[in-house]
Amino acid sequence: MNTLQPSPVPPLSEMRQRNDKLKTATITLAHGSGGKAMRDLIDDVFVRTFDSPELALLEDQARFPLAQMTALGDRLAMTTDSYVVDPLFFPGGDIGKLAVTGTVNDLAVGGAIPLYLTCSMIIEEGLSMDVLRRVAASMKKTADEAGVRIVTGDTKVVHKGAADKLFINTAGIGVIPTDIQPGSERARAGDVILINGYVGDHGAAIVDARGEMSLQNTIETDCQPLNTLIQAMLEVCPQIRCMRDATRGGIATVLNEFASASDVCIRVNEAALPLRDEVRGMCEILGLDPLYLANEGKLVAVVPVEFADEVLSVMQAHPAGVDSAVIGEVTATPQSSVILSTLFGGQRMVDMLVGEQLPRIC
Amino acid sequence: MKYVDEFRDPDKARRLQAEIARLVPATGATAERPLQLMEFCGGHTHTIFRYGIEQLLPEAIELIHGPGCPVCVLPMGRVDDCVTLAERRDVIFTTFGDAMRVPGSRKSLLQAKADGADIRMVYSPLDALHLARNNPEREVIFFALGFETTMPSTALTVLQAEADGITNFSLFCNHITTVPTIKAILDSPDMRIDGFLAPGHVSMVVGERPFDFVAEHYHKPIVITGFEPLDILQSIWMLLRQLTEQRHVVENQYARIVPAGGNAAGMDAISRVFELREYFEWRGLGSIDHSGVKMRDTYAAFDAERKFSVANIKIADPKSCQCGEVLKGVIRPWECKVFGTACTPETPMGALMVSSEGACAAYYNFGNLTELMAKRKAVNA
Repeated sequence: MNTLQPSPVPPLSEMRQRNDKLKTATITLAHGSGGKAMRDLIDDVFVRTFDSPELALLEDQARFPLAQMTALGDRLAMTTDSYVVDPLFFPGGDIGKLAVTGTVNDLAVGGAIPLYLTCSMIIEEGLSMDVLRRVAASMKKTADEAGVRIVTGDTKVVHKGAADKLFINTAGIGVIPTDIQPGSERARAGDVILINGYVGDHGAAIVDARGEMSLQNTIETDCQPLNTLIQAMLEVCPQIRCMRDATRGGIATVLNEFASASDVCIRVNEAALPLRDEVRGMCEILGLDPLYLANEGKLVAVVPVEFADEVLSVMQAHPAGVDSAVIGEVTATPQSSVILSTLFGGQRMVDMLVGEQLPRIC
Repeated sequence: MKYVDEFRDPDKARRLQAEIARLVPATGATAERPLQLMEFCGGHTHTIFRYGIEQLLPEAIELIHGPGCPVCVLPMGRVDDCVTLAERRDVIFTTFGDAMRVPGSRKSLLQAKADGADIRMVYSPLDALHLARNNPEREVIFFALGFETTMPSTALTVLQAEADGITNFSLFCNHITTVPTIKAILDSPDMRIDGFLAPGHVSMVVGERPFDFVAEHYHKPIVITGFEPLDILQSIWMLLRQLTEQRHVVENQYARIVPAGGNAAGMDAISRVFELREYFEWRGLGSIDHSGVKMRDTYAAFDAERKFSVANIKIADPKSCQCGEVLKGVIRPWECKVFGTACTPETPMGALMVSSEGACAAYYNFGNLTELMAKRKAVNA
């Protein structure tokens, strides 16, 4: 008698856990075709890496219980952002980390507790599978740090040249606790301006990583999730007036948005502005202004003066805010303007950037 | 930061500020009839605005922001020629960053790039030569721009290309010269400038002597000036000292960079590759004799104008644009009819609104617009 039993068919979920389905080294158009190759890619790279129960169901949408959300607050916040950074990997970060922190931070600066993210990838055929795996792993690691889950997604593969390597879109949903409502129109004369550390690191790291300059330095991106820092700030000061993360356009742009929405003057003290020597040096050489350089882990907050000390010490006690500083104050006039008191003792207007920041000829 | 912070020391600035205020009355200048000092160079204009130097000066000193921004004075026709060259399919067109936004009559280089022209921003002409080496099947044109400051590096790049036997590299030469332009300003009938801050980096190449004529022939004091804020304040103080002592000589404040005799190797490279044009067209100032250079016949093979028969289009400045009067100090930037209305950094009409070194863009970006517009109303009323 044959004692060998036929081996049982493993459950589908277990099969999906297998990691050796994808044999190809690069992404091809087949991976976006809707067929088996795409299914393998989704299972092997995204479902396995992101490891979230909502995503593993592989429905056309993620589903989550309302009760859990209403327990956290009284309003939902929603945002979306696309990430097209070149190069994909740069000192201190990569496009995946950016795609999570950017959307988490856009929710968090509105006072929201970020919960769920989507992930849409537009991939240029020919991208190395290894690159995609590294990006997905980085997204997962960052999502864990920020305490959010990637719950649904989409994958498209386009012809060579129709996209540059990899574009990612993430959308996010969060819950805003009752009574929290920062808004850029709420700054008042007498308030103070806070920032959670060095400005311009991300912009400088990207210029450097493009390798066009042959500069040798060690500037790393400041890319980091800010939601736990912001929660700590809101705990001691629910009355935070305005809060934004200073991404493209730098802190100059955010301050101008506050000044014009609140119809006040924002005065910044250059001496108080945290700026690394390496970033300053690069700006001096290339004729760039650090106030306009992009950041990916910096928030600018306007708080009532009586809370300034307490908020500042909470920020400095948090890993994402060790180098936090008070950089200026709000006055009534001249309305809708940002004025910088220079290290040299003069004053100048800081306007919105026109077009791209272009290096000067001489 | 070493070699930077020493020249931005606020305490030293305050001492110079006090010395300047002490000297001014002896010149006879008043707030109603101020001394007009011209900084020629766009780099100086940029420093003056970035550090708010005008606010540190007494009302009896007025700074006139001269034509020394090579991007600003580029005539519209030359930009059109650039765009035509850049739109050729066989061409990679390379340029310094701030030339990208200068408006032509059809479009700027930035718009041409968006429309599909292969235009690349470089930091050095050597980067352009590198591109030529890596793209032998295409012609790489470098948009050579600037005063004597940038001429040696373009000249040396041409010599390098010649030595390496590279045949797909050429210059679209728009280099301009300082001295004939200062002379044109001094000869202008509506001009009353009391002293000059001479361009430091041009002087680093050409030396002190080319400016002698300002002191000897026109009897105006002139000080070769560096680009840090203390350099500017010290040079203003040196001009005032000359004025109060009724002297007019060439002095060199920027001696840490500028040798009296200039840079012989740089000058040699310039004269090997370039020769003076009979005249060159300036935005806002019109045609000025001998104010530009072209490539010598020996280097015709590296001259985009000859390789591609450039049309050399002439397009008049818009009528309402008063850049010329601003450049000569006849009116202040905010007194121009179109300042801040038809002419803004987003849609520059005149040259001076184009680059951050242009006086109008500097006032627009760094000045208090509401205050300036109110002042203009008061002037026009």
